[in-house]
Amino acid sequence: MSAGPGRRLIPAYLVTGGRTRPTGPALDRLAVLVRTDTALAPDTGSEQRRLCELLEPGALTVVECAAHLDLPVSATVFLATDLAASGHLHTRPPIPSAGGTDRSLVERLLVGLRSLH
Amino acid sequence: MDSAPSTDRTGIGYLPPAAQTLMKLVVTGPFGVGKTTLIRTLSEIPTLHTEEAMTQSSTRLDDTAGLPDKTTTTVAVDFGRLTVQDDLVLYMFGTPGQERFLPLWEDIARGALGALVLVDTRRLGDSFAVMDMVEEQGLPYAVAVNRFPDAPAHTDEVLRKHLDLHPDTPLLQCDARERRGSIDALIALAEHVLTRLPQPQDPS
Repeated sequence: MSAGPGRRLIPAYLVTGGRTRPTGPALDRLAVLVRTDTALAPDTGSEQRRLCELLEPGALTVVECAAHLDLPVSATVFLATDLAASGHLHTRPPIPSAGGTDRSLVERLLVGLRSLH
Repeated sequence: MDSAPSTDRTGIGYLPPAAQTLMKLVVTGPFGVGKTTLIRTLSEIPTLHTEEAMTQSSTRLDDTAGLPDKTTTTVAVDFGRLTVQDDLVLYMFGTPGQERFLPLWEDIARGALGALVLVDTRRLGDSFAVMDMVEEQGLPYAVAVNRFPDAPAHTDEVLRKHLDLHPDTPLLQCDARERRGSIDALIALAEHVLTRLPQPQDPS
C-alpha cells in the first residue's frame, strides 16, 4: 500500500458530463457488470465505449473495471449506471437475494478455504 | 467462455460464469506490514489497484497541516480475488489503517465479512489505531503477525497483552509470502466471523 503514483486521473466531472449523482441507486463496488447484445450508438462517449469494450469478453465487478480502465470507482459507477439504464450493460448485486443466510455463506466460505489447503 | 479464472487470452481475469456470490474482506494494517504481499500470495488474478480520491476538511488530516482547507489526495487500494468454490468468490481489499482514511475505509468495509489485521512485531504500536478503527466499524477481525526475519519473536501471550486483544480475537503468526499460512489466516477469520453470527433456529 502506498500513496498513488502521479499518473493521470480523469476528473470524475469530465467522465460524468458534470452530473454529481447517478440516476439510480448507487452500485456496489462488487456489483457484477455484464455486456448485453445492444450495439453502442455512434455518439457513445469514449469512456462508455472503453467500459463496454472491456466487458465484451466476460463479466467483471465495478472495482475491477475501475482498475483496468484507470478510473476512480465513483466514475466507474456513473458510467455503469448510465450504460445499464441504456440497456448496454446488465448489473447484478454481489450477493444474490436468494443466496441464503449470512451464516450459510460463511460456512460455505470456510469449506472452500479449507479445500484450498 | 473459459471457466478457469485468469487464463483467458486477454489476461484480464474475467469472472467465471458460475461465480454468483462475491464476498469481500478487508486486509488492513500499517503501511509496509505486508497487506499487498498477502493479497498477492492468495489472489488468482494479478493484484489490481484503484486510485481512491479523498476530499476532506483539513481537520481530519494529521499530516498535511498548513495546506488549504480543501484537500484532495489519492491513495492506492490494492485488491485481489480468490475463487473458493465454483460459485463463491472472495475479494480481498488492502486498506490503509490510518485514521485519515476513515471515509475510504467505511466505503470499502461496508458489506465486508470481516478484517484481517496484519501486525509487525517491530512496530506493535502502529497497530493500535488500526484495531481501533476496525472495532469502531463493528467488523469482526483476526490478527495475523506477519513474520519478518529480523522481527522480535514474542509468545502469543505477550502479543495478546501488548495488543490488548479480546480473548476471543484470533491471533496467529504467518508469512504473507506463503500461501498455506495466509489461507490459515483467512480460515481463522472466517471461523471467528461465524461465531459472531446468530445460530440457526433450533428446529424443535
